[in-house]
Amino acid sequence: MSPVLQCRGLRKTFHGSVVLDSLDLDVAEHEVVALIGASGSGKSTLLRCVNLLERLDDGTIHLGGEHITDPRADADRVRRQIGIVFQAYNLFPHMTVLQNILLAPVRVHRRARAEAEQAARTWLDRVGLGNRAGDYPDRLSGGQQQRVAIVRALVNNPRLLLLDEVTSALDPELVGEVLSMVRELKGDGMTMVLATHEMGFAKQVADRVVFLDGGRVLEQGPPEQVLGDPVEARTRQFLSRIIEAGRL
Amino acid sequence: MTITDTWRPSAVEQERIAYRRRRAIRSVLLAAASTAVLGTLLAVGVTNSPGWPRVKESFFDLAVAQDSLPAILDGLVLNIELLICCALGAMALGLLIAVLRTLRGPVAFPVRALATGYTYGFRGVPLIIVLYVMTLGVPGLRLSGMPSTLVLGGLALVIVYGAYLAEVFRAGIESVHPSQLAAARSLGLTYRQTMRHVVLPQAVRRVAPPLLNDTVALQKDVGLVSLAGPIDAVRAAQIQVAEHFNFTPYIVAGVLFVLLALPLIGVTDWVTLRAARRQGARS
Ligand SMILES: Nc1ncnc2c1ncn2[C@@H]1O[C@H](COP(=O)(O)OP(=O)(O)OP(=O)(O)O)[C@@H](O)[C@H]1O
Ligand SMILES: [Mg+2]
Repeated sequence: MSPVLQCRGLRKTFHGSVVLDSLDLDVAEHEVVALIGASGSGKSTLLRCVNLLERLDDGTIHLGGEHITDPRADADRVRRQIGIVFQAYNLFPHMTVLQNILLAPVRVHRRARAEAEQAARTWLDRVGLGNRAGDYPDRLSGGQQQRVAIVRALVNNPRLLLLDEVTSALDPELVGEVLSMVRELKGDGMTMVLATHEMGFAKQVADRVVFLDGGRVLEQGPPEQVLGDPVEARTRQFLSRIIEAGRL
Repeated sequence: MTITDTWRPSAVEQERIAYRRRRAIRSVLLAAASTAVLGTLLAVGVTNSPGWPRVKESFFDLAVAQDSLPAILDGLVLNIELLICCALGAMALGLLIAVLRTLRGPVAFPVRALATGYTYGFRGVPLIIVLYVMTLGVPGLRLSGMPSTLVLGGLALVIVYGAYLAEVFRAGIESVHPSQLAAARSLGLTYRQTMRHVVLPQAVRRVAPPLLNDTVALQKDVGLVSLAGPIDAVRAAQIQVAEHFNFTPYIVAGVLFVLLALPLIGVTDWVTLRAARRQGARS
């Protein structure tokens, strides 16, 4: 079966400094891929490129067989098939939780408001925020905002969900909340790419761990192998630093 | 998530509440006393000055005030009508120009250039010159269907204030963080939808105080159309002054303008305060 996401030879520079350098990555349907790597290794940049928020310097990305980095491709239509959750949530402060979630279904996907609201409320109940639909984001805790941001992406039934360090701003208890939510999504068969610094997170939900270094995929494989018995010296070095910091 | 609340203020807290209440009463009394003293001093000082009887006669004549009030009120109606039309017009124009200036791409280049030139030009020209050109120059073209002097004067105000408001709106648009745009675009919203549902609502909320401030300034400038003929409150007062050989009508017009501005200024303060509170709640 052809992969949902296929990246070939991606190159991205910012003001002459190379962030992604002929990077290849495939993600199969229903697969959960964890991106790990040092800070600044390009995890967020890769996710933003896939969502066409950044323009590549070179390489191609195919989504479900469609060439989305073709300049003739309709970027808005491509983005409708991809959900992304940002590290800093990026909720709209002037809208309530429900309005945040309903904006895209109603304005972009032209779904009936009643039906979309039903779906939104079902999701909110599922993540334990059923009673906060009318609140503004600044009244919610970080973990609650993060879950709203995830629901906002999910309610559009994306083919692919990109999660950028969705747990990095949260305390351990809230990490647990978000983690169980991601695990449920995995159970639903959602295809996901998540950037993370939480090796525990990667170990528990990922089918495959991808280690980014120097703008490329240096090593990838099942979590036990990459995190437990890495082949590359750089990976070992990275993991030992993580262990020192107590995050494995 | 309901926690049963059986909290009663402790002795320490009760003492603090009582202390704060005593302080509050003391401040109110002090403020009242100092106001009374200052007011008396001012009143005595002014009314005892040697020229006071003559000033009183020519500026504060009640009979003249009563006599001139209807004419001035007639003029004030024109001020209010002009204010409402021009404020709405200038805001619409300003918002449009600000949005045009954000457009990208080669097709939008002339539009962008025009909008930029407009804001540069009309913030520099004195209002009076635009007013004269519109009300005296444009009718000289003798085009058919030429609007009245009043409408042309109103247009001059809209054009000049639109340039200021465009800059206010632009500042608001630029203050919306790029991550908000990224979030909106990532949901599949088009550029226009992003502007309309995400950027502009936040921008307008943020610039509401300066916007209302400019409206207060506009309120005073709408009277300038009387230079071209239409009779506004100030012009009406001027006519009354000439009729009565007495300056009281000016004072009447001045007081009416302040009364007119008060609600607007009040709303401005309220909006500013609310914006500050919301900011505080978020940070
Ligand atoms: N808009 C930008 N302009 C210039 N440089 C950028 C920009 N975005 C990212 N970079 C640079 O690209 C590099 C990769 O950044 P990126 O955010 O992808 O890293 P990351 O792997 O997500 O790091 P972290 O784990 O800290 O989130 C960094 O060196 C960063 O400085
Ligand atoms: Mg990052």
